[in-house]
Amino acid sequence: MKTIKYLLQKEFLQIFRNKTMLPMIIGVPLMQMLILVFAATYDLKKIDMVVVDYDLSSASRELIAKFDGIPFYNVTSIVPDEQFGEEMMLTDEADAVLVIPANMERELVRENEQKLQLLVNAIDGNTAQLIYSYSARIFGGFNQNLIAEWRGIPNLTPPNEIKITESYWFNNELDYKWYMAPGILAILVTIIGMFMSGMNLVREKEIGTIEQLNVTPIRKHHFIIGKLVPFWIIALFDLAFGLFIAWLVFNLPVVGSLWLLFGFAGLYLLGVLGLGLFISTVADTQQQVMFISFFFMMIFILMGGIFTPVESMPEWAQTFNHLNPIYYFMKIMRNILLKGSGFFDLLEEFFSLVVLGIIFLSLAIWRYRKTT
Amino acid sequence: MKEEIIRVKNLVKKFGSFTANDNLTFDVYKGEVFGFLGANGAGKTTAIRILSGLSSPTSGKLNVAGFDVYTETEKIKKNIGYMSQKFSLYEDLTVAENIRFYAGIYGISPKRRKEKMGELLKKLEMEKAKNKLIAGLPLGWKQKLAFSVAVFHEPKIVFLDEPTGGVDPVTRRKFWDMIYEAANDGITVFVTTHYMDEAEYCDRVSIMDAGKIEALDTPAKLKEKYNAKDMDEVFLRIARASPNPSEGGGQETITNE
Repeated sequence: MKTIKYLLQKEFLQIFRNKTMLPMIIGVPLMQMLILVFAATYDLKKIDMVVVDYDLSSASRELIAKFDGIPFYNVTSIVPDEQFGEEMMLTDEADAVLVIPANMERELVRENEQKLQLLVNAIDGNTAQLIYSYSARIFGGFNQNLIAEWRGIPNLTPPNEIKITESYWFNNELDYKWYMAPGILAILVTIIGMFMSGMNLVREKEIGTIEQLNVTPIRKHHFIIGKLVPFWIIALFDLAFGLFIAWLVFNLPVVGSLWLLFGFAGLYLLGVLGLGLFISTVADTQQQVMFISFFFMMIFILMGGIFTPVESMPEWAQTFNHLNPIYYFMKIMRNILLKGSGFFDLLEEFFSLVVLGIIFLSLAIWRYRKTT
Repeated sequence: MKEEIIRVKNLVKKFGSFTANDNLTFDVYKGEVFGFLGANGAGKTTAIRILSGLSSPTSGKLNVAGFDVYTETEKIKKNIGYMSQKFSLYEDLTVAENIRFYAGIYGISPKRRKEKMGELLKKLEMEKAKNKLIAGLPLGWKQKLAFSVAVFHEPKIVFLDEPTGGVDPVTRRKFWDMIYEAANDGITVFVTTHYMDEAEYCDRVSIMDAGKIEALDTPAKLKEKYNAKDMDEVFLRIARASPNPSEGGGQETITNE
């Protein structure tokens, strides 16, 4: 125990004497929460729409007004020819082009049916789908109004029609920031834990002090604990700090228990720090640690479901995620914060993290050798 | 009666096909200053790293401070001190913090540490530097301090791997005064060097070339045997007599993994 005390004392002295350390500890969470959460959003803020109106009827004007009246639709111009519309799409001036055919109004009345064309810029498939489905609903509403008007009956829902009303659970207003923030926090904790612990150990290799430690009777697990605990504390501090910012800036709800959240974070970090230390026992220089850690981080983060739901990944990717600590932690963060999940709802995640933690820590202790 | 504190028999260390230590056999007696000489790449660092438990031998029988090198490495580590050519105090810690840390690792009580640290800093005339960062100290001071830290826990043996590299003759001389002092306190000193004038200060020296020990005796006897006026000449005669004197030169880097 005493050995650990001396090790920790030394590490903290070095950490707080390091000029880049404090800005990192404070700056990284601040930047990630304030910039990434706002920037990484799928929310549709603005759709630039160009309308090609061949009809020029009162119905077509009404339809255009309907779009224009919706805050995030911005009907930039009404052009007389499809070609103009396509050109504007090419130059990125339009996200969507709506083509209203000639005689829309008349055909509608006569044949009770009319086809509209909607061209959507689908470079980003996700956005394109959103634009399409939003627009489809607007057409739907427009349709009902028209029918009601011309038949001269009030706009009543027929008795035998099923009407769907939505209610979104756990994130009522579908605020994307609430979805992103827990994910970004998970990444933050991972970066701090994995990079800092890895860099620290390998730095002792680079400057040669590790040799001096290796000729002492220091026990291997004492050494690992001494290297692990400081960054465990710092990462947990950063999680608290990041959560505070999220709560302050975008009212991130904390539905579940904070104790549970930090308990899970502590468990998760043991594994992540173990992995970081393991990498640094294999590597010889800080550059190597950076590259290897970066490689793992990229895969873990992108596969872990920060941007794309894991459930829609191919089978093999979902299988891989059983080995991905970030996947579990991201799920835990979102479920506790937004949904209020309790410990027993997260049993599978708990045991998975325990197993991964044991594996990564054992690897680190096994691979760290005092005698080569 | 001479008591052996290090016993080495047929030590072989290979890195792939390269043999860094080729069948070394020697003993070091308790309380002596044992010089381990050789050109760069002769295999000195490899041997000293094996004896201090940083590297494991390929074959051979080795006993350090009464413990087996293969099975009792950690026990050996309690009984030895080590200072390498790579400077090994923490540059971003102060003098006192470095001493506190290493003393703590070796399990020295805070009371004993404070007493000893006071004496030590007084002796080194570094009392004013107590709370200064190592990074700001002159090289000579750092080396003296590194040596003092290596023997702070009063080990049976201290291994010094080219401890005086890069410092001026006056500082080197002072450094050797400290080595003698440690030897007087009963610490066996095992020192590698390629400064031949330093060889004269040793009780016995071994001279290595291309992984083999070519000569081992007191400086006086070696000079007599090789009919040389100083150790420099002894060294040159041995190196020249060797069939491939420069083989393995520059390989030392491999062993410093």
